[in-house]
Amino acid sequence: MTHRALTVVRAGALTTVQDLGRPGHAHLGVPRSGALDAPAAALVNRLVGNPPGSAVLETTLTGCALRAWCAVTVAVGGAPCPVTVDGRPAPWGAAVGVPAGALLDVGAADSGVRSYVAVSGGVLVEPVLGSRSTDLLSGLGPPPLADGTVLPLGRPRVPHARVDVAPQPAPPAELVLRVAPGPRADWFTPAAMRALTSSVYRVSSASNRIGLRMDGPALERARPGELPSEGTVLGAVQVPTDGRPVVFLADHPTTGGYPVIGVVRTADLPAAAQAVPGTPVRFVTAGGR
Amino acid sequence: MNVLRVGADALLVEVSSGEEAEALHAELSRRRAQGTLAAREIVPGARTVLLDGLADPVRLSSELAAAEVPPAPPRAGHVVEIPVRYDGPDLADVAGHWGVAESEVAHIHAGTEFRVAFCGFAPGFGYLTGLPARYDVPRRDTPRTAVPAGSVALAGPYTGVYPRSSPGGWQLIGGTDAVLWDHTRVPAALLSPGTRVRFVPVGRQGLP
Repeated sequence: MTHRALTVVRAGALTTVQDLGRPGHAHLGVPRSGALDAPAAALVNRLVGNPPGSAVLETTLTGCALRAWCAVTVAVGGAPCPVTVDGRPAPWGAAVGVPAGALLDVGAADSGVRSYVAVSGGVLVEPVLGSRSTDLLSGLGPPPLADGTVLPLGRPRVPHARVDVAPQPAPPAELVLRVAPGPRADWFTPAAMRALTSSVYRVSSASNRIGLRMDGPALERARPGELPSEGTVLGAVQVPTDGRPVVFLADHPTTGGYPVIGVVRTADLPAAAQAVPGTPVRFVTAGGR
Repeated sequence: MNVLRVGADALLVEVSSGEEAEALHAELSRRRAQGTLAAREIVPGARTVLLDGLADPVRLSSELAAAEVPPAPPRAGHVVEIPVRYDGPDLADVAGHWGVAESEVAHIHAGTEFRVAFCGFAPGFGYLTGLPARYDVPRRDTPRTAVPAGSVALAGPYTGVYPRSSPGGWQLIGGTDAVLWDHTRVPAALLSPGTRVRFVPVGRQGLP
């Protein structure tokens, strides 16, 4: 077999191809997309010797299984999970050799939400606007994996990085999000800002790649209605009509009319991507910088 | 101009009209092309321009707060023509809102030069302005679960063309075969902020 490819044997609940996304096109209505836990994606790429922008697989809670057409080096990181090759246990968070024809099984997450699977050479699906990421809001990029999907692979760089194991942060038992108030904090009552920063919210099961939805107290508006549509950013805490905040993740819409009470620091978003439904969330006020 | 901080590295610049937002977006885009402004995203909205991915938002914020809104750019550049069959299911409702005969809707709409004020909702979906304020229409009370791709639609002061089938609450006045978005094409988007647009009636519902 000379082809460099993988066949998806078990796609799992939701497995997508992700890289660094396609920033720079928001003025055309194109979300940035890209791996939600970007440091985890970068790390597994490093473990198999790929450049940081190589496309990896992002699983959701239930993992996935892949059959290799050729011998590849893989690494699984992000949400900790069991990893097997042809049924034999293999390390998580480390480079693993998968022989041609062997089955790599990435198990259900022990904790956290999203595991990342890097394969030497990277996943080489057709890029759209410079990115191979699946964008679940607008449908750009490859569709989510299905059983039987064949994923072409690039040529590996040799020799691959000699990093055997790398430490990774554990998924959060409690999510602390530093939030800079604004740009539309004045659309809310002073009590609403206090409620946001003093209540314990919980991650809603309705969360997805577009936004981390919150269960908890509704935030009271000082003025009704909607804003004329305005541009939105990653980490924006948007408050729709039900008053419950939504933290925008990578597939967020580029413009919106619901007021944004604050913006979560980008550095806090990888942990947000690993917070399972029910995880307690505290918002703490932080300056803009 | 009112400049609002948005997190660590973005600014939202608020102006007083759609025309000012268009002018500001054109000027900021020009400065970025010149190399005098570094921003990852410059996103116009209805009354705002968002600048994201800024190296020094504090300095730019005070600079913009002290600046005047730039003058509107001249109506330059070619006009994108979009062929339309004015046979949408909401044509009669729109005619009612406008207080004109159904056949007049196409005449008025196709007689207007539009400009893309901003994009959003879906890749390639532009919010087009140009109709006088007396032709504003409300959204439909109940959004449709599936609006066909190519639908030409009105809501508030805007005209839009659905790049693909999606749910939507806009008033549908017609349809086009023009491809609004094709990621294999360069550029992928037929319409981007600032693009001039005319709708050209085709078929039996054409201009009388």
